Amino acid sequence: MQENLFAQIDLPRVYRRRRWINNIVLSLTGVAVALAVIPLLWIIIYVFIKGMGVINLDFFIHLPTAMGQEGGGVTNAIQGTIVMVLVASVIAIPLALLAAFYLLFYAETWLGRALKFSTDLLAGVPSIVIGLFGYALFVVPFKHYSALAGGLVLAMIMLPVVIRSAEEMLKLVPKELREGSLALGASEWKTSLSVLLPAALEGIITGVMLALARAIGETAPLLFTALGNEHYNVFDYVKQGVATNQSLFEILHKILAEPTDALPLTLWKYAQQPYPERVAQSWGVALVLMLLVLLLNIGARAWLARKRRKSYG
Amino acid sequence: MTQSLPLKMETRELSVFYKKFRAVNGVSMPVYEHKVTAIIGPSGCGKSTLLRSLNRMNDLVPGSHIEGDILLDGQSIYDAGVDVVDVRRRVGMVFQRPNPFPMSIYDNVVYGPRLYGIKKKAVLDEIVESSLRGAALWEDVKDKLKQSGMALSGGQQQRLCIARAIAIQPEVLLMDEPASALDPIATLRIEELIQELKRNYTIVIVTHNMQQAARVSDYTAFMMMNEERAGELVEFDETPVIFTTPKDQRTEDYITGRFG
Repeated sequence: MQENLFAQIDLPRVYRRRRWINNIVLSLTGVAVALAVIPLLWIIIYVFIKGMGVINLDFFIHLPTAMGQEGGGVTNAIQGTIVMVLVASVIAIPLALLAAFYLLFYAETWLGRALKFSTDLLAGVPSIVIGLFGYALFVVPFKHYSALAGGLVLAMIMLPVVIRSAEEMLKLVPKELREGSLALGASEWKTSLSVLLPAALEGIITGVMLALARAIGETAPLLFTALGNEHYNVFDYVKQGVATNQSLFEILHKILAEPTDALPLTLWKYAQQPYPERVAQSWGVALVLMLLVLLLNIGARAWLARKRRKSYG
Repeated sequence: MTQSLPLKMETRELSVFYKKFRAVNGVSMPVYEHKVTAIIGPSGCGKSTLLRSLNRMNDLVPGSHIEGDILLDGQSIYDAGVDVVDVRRRVGMVFQRPNPFPMSIYDNVVYGPRLYGIKKKAVLDEIVESSLRGAALWEDVKDKLKQSGMALSGGQQQRLCIARAIAIQPEVLLMDEPASALDPIATLRIEELIQELKRNYTIVIVTHNMQQAARVSDYTAFMMMNEERAGELVEFDETPVIFTTPKDQRTEDYITGRFG
């Protein structure tokens, strides 16, 4: 060992160098954040500016007017999107949760491995291919496009997203919780439903939100399955059904079996039409689409925050 | 050793395997009724595995199986006619890390009773109070039973888990290092609680804290790994005997801190 190791070293120079490098790297990360956030804010602000003009109550509650005419709304697309996303959720979420639990317990069996593999494959299939598949399976046999067919292909898009995120979240639940429940004599089924699911709920809901956001924005698969329908109006179907004494099943059938419009479909169609009114409306549709996703996210977060506040008093 | 004590549980030449690996080898050990039996030994000596086989929690590990036998009130808990759920109702368990369920304190305690079909609110209310009193937690939480069990402190959480375990009136209570994740004061309260609990329950506790074993237990089993890394019972006796005049040199080396 030398007498004084630091006597030879110009310490102020070393410290200055370190400060410099620190400042440079810090600036770089700042630039990276700006590069990531600016396009996002830009899109949101731009869509707001272009879309705000056509948004009024009529836009939400009226069907489209004839081409080239002023006014009218896109209630057909809003309702169609809600109906199809509901159908997709009702089918995909329970199925995906069951599959996630299967993966949690039986990941190492051949069926578990097959499930995992096919889930990854399904997540990678381009949505237009899923649309074509839906066309062959849910449209051709019934000889017409429908909300149900649209909902089913959206379910197929949601499935892998929810399965993988739910599985990851369930894996994070400490194994002591599961053992604690089983040690009291509970079945695996009861343990899964009463202990594991609530413990992982927060993460699962985040995954479901991601899946919903994806499903709401899908256009290509709906071209093959829902097609579009400028007269789609659930309220009209219910009114007519009640007036002609139809059963609940008949009304539901009408809602689900008609060709249906959706927000992204309408956006895509309107944006390429030669009428300036329609092009303006397509911006409005884009804005509604964005707000719907935003609203879903805020709603889920608020619900979770309330739940957390309640349980921790 | 007093041989006339009533026997609650007993292992006979018990070996526990994980697939091919023998984790516990040929353990024959009594568990006396209304006594606290401590299992001590260095890390990896199979003491947790032995404990977890007493209510068949090892069944959950794929590829695990046993040789030998485990008796509860003279009957094998591995008999074909025995329901594993009934074993777990009669032999409760408290874990190393407090594991309250993500639900209210009240729901945590009645989770077990509800599994067995108890639904009447008046009965459940009574179970909640008596179990929480039994776990010395009632005074702390009686005004916030609807609050989440996860919002309690670590020591309170562990007492909630004890309340949850005794809510189904088990006969034996297994404790897997129940205080190792707690601070000294919470540990002391758990140890005092164990003294209370042994009046109503038979207790088997795993600990790697020798002072704790000396403080809380009536009987002590000392385990060690053999050359094949399988846990074996070195010595079983009344706790004062183990800690003052052990018969085996290895026990003496361990309790005097020469290894482990």
